Amino acid sequence: MGLGKLSFTALKGVFSKPATRRYPFEARPPIAKSRGRIHFDDGKCTYCSLCELKCPPDAIKVDRQGRVFAIDHLLCILCGACVEACQKGSLSMDAKHGEPWTEKQKLSWHTEAPPKPSGDAAPKA
Amino acid sequence: MGARTIIPFGPQHPVLPEPIHLDLVLEDEKVVEAIPSIGFIHRGLERLAEKKDIHEMAYVSERICGICSFTHGMGYCTAIEAVMKIDVPERGHYLRMIWSEMSRIHSHLLWAGLLADGFGFENLFMQSWRLRERILDLIEETTGGRVIFGSCKIGGSRRDIADDVMARLLKELASLEKDCHAITDTFMEDSTVAKRTRGVGVIAPDDAIALGAVGPMLRASGVASDSRSLGYALYPELSFAPIVEKDGDCWARTAVRVREIYQSFDLIRQCAAKMKPGPVDVKVSGNPSGEYWARLEQPRGEVIYYVKGNGTKNLERYRVRTPTFANVPPLVHMLKNIDLADVPVIVLTIDPCISCTER
Ligand code: SF4
Ligand code: SF4
Repeated sequence: MGLGKLSFTALKGVFSKPATRRYPFEARPPIAKSRGRIHFDDGKCTYCSLCELKCPPDAIKVDRQGRVFAIDHLLCILCGACVEACQKGSLSMDAKHGEPWTEKQKLSWHTEAPPKPSGDAAPKA
Repeated sequence: MGARTIIPFGPQHPVLPEPIHLDLVLEDEKVVEAIPSIGFIHRGLERLAEKKDIHEMAYVSERICGICSFTHGMGYCTAIEAVMKIDVPERGHYLRMIWSEMSRIHSHLLWAGLLADGFGFENLFMQSWRLRERILDLIEETTGGRVIFGSCKIGGSRRDIADDVMARLLKELASLEKDCHAITDTFMEDSTVAKRTRGVGVIAPDDAIALGAVGPMLRASGVASDSRSLGYALYPELSFAPIVEKDGDCWARTAVRVREIYQSFDLIRQCAAKMKPGPVDVKVSGNPSGEYWARLEQPRGEVIYYVKGNGTKNLERYRVRTPTFANVPPLVHMLKNIDLADVPVIVLTIDPCISCTER
C-alpha cells in the first residue's frame, strides 16, 4: 500500500463516524419479524393444551382442569410452534428480546372459569 | 534424528473456538506427526431421535451446528421428504436455497475473520465480521433468527419472504457484495497474507480424494466436487459450476471460499429472479417408513444425512456425517513436515466445526 493511500485511509478513519453503535446508550430497535420472546395473553386462553403438545423442548405446561398456563422462558427455543398451534390467538411472538433473566423461573397464569351460560348450577326461582 | 517433543495443541487454543485436541510430535520446530483426539463436546443428538418425533427432530438437527444450522435442518427435511415421498412446492425450494446461500456467505465471512485472526491480521478480522453482521441482519429480517433460522420444516418452508422484503434484501445484498471486495482483495492480493498461506499445508488431489476430503478443501486441490451439482432442491435450475483452485495450499482454500461468497450472491439473485408466487409448504401426515441418504453441500463441504423410519413417529436410526469429520484425516496428513508456527493457519483452513463433528 502506497504512502498516499495509507495516509488517506488513516485520515478517513479520523474524520468519519464511528463504525460501531454506542451501546447501551444507543440500543438498536428490534427487527420487525425477530423471534424475541413468547408473549402470553391470559384473556384469550381456553387452556386447551394444544401448545403444550407442540412444544419441542416441553417448555409449556398447561393444567386443563386447574386452568393454569406455565412457561419456562429459559427452556423455550423460540421456534414459534406454539404460536402456530394456538387457535385462540393467545400466544404471540414478541420481536423484543426483553430483559435478561436473573434467576430460573417458570411464569404461570391462572384464570377462573367463566360462569356457565345455562343456569343448571343456580337454583331455580 | 533430533530429540522428539510432544506439544499439546487444544482443546483450549486461541485459534480454536471449539475444542479439538492434537498431539503434535516435533523434531526441533518441524511437526513430524499429529495425533488428533475428539469427543469433548459430544451431545448425543442422534440418540435424541428416539425421544423426539420426526417434526421436532427438524429443530434438533438445526442445532447440530451454530454456523451451518440451516443446511442441517434442510438436510434432515430433504431425507425425510424423500422417504415419505413429499413434493415440496417450488417456492419452498427457492426459499430454502436462498437461505442456505445466505448462510454460506455468513459462514465464509466468519471463517475469513477467524483466518485473519489466526495469522494476526486483527483489522481484517474485524472488517470481515463487520460485514457478516449485515448478512446476519438480513437473515434476522427474513427468518426471525440470526443463527438458528427455524424456517425449514418437513414439507417446505415455515416462512415466506414478501416481495417488498425481497426487493430490499436484493438491494442490501448488492451493496454488501460491493463492500466485500475491500476485504477479499486484501485476502487475495496482500503480500503478508500470501506469506502465511502460499505453499503452506499443500495436499495433492490424489491424497485429498483418498483421505476423503470434502468441500472447499477438496475443490482447492483441483477436484470439481460439489454436492450442489447432485441436484437436490432446485439447484439444477440455476446456472452453477463448482469453484476450483489448483494449488491445494492454504491460499487456494482461501481463494475457493472467497470466490464462493460471490457465487452465493449470484445464486441468490438467480433464485429471486426465478421464484414465482405460490405455496411454500404442503401438509404432511403419516410417519416415515424406509431409509434414505441425503447429500447436501454445506459451507464446509458435503454433509450426509441418513434416516431410517419404521412407520412410527420416532425414527429408528438417525445418522449425520458432517464435513469436518471427513476433513480431519486430510488435516492430519497436511500437518506432517511443516513448521509449528504454521499449524494454526492450516487447522483453520479446513474450517473446523467441532460441534458438528461430535453432534
Ligand atoms: S395458549 Fe392457546 S393453545 Fe395454549 S392452552 Fe391457551 S388457547 Fe390452548
Ligand atoms: S416457541 Fe417453541 S419452544 Fe418456545 S414455548 Fe413455543 S413451542 Fe415451546
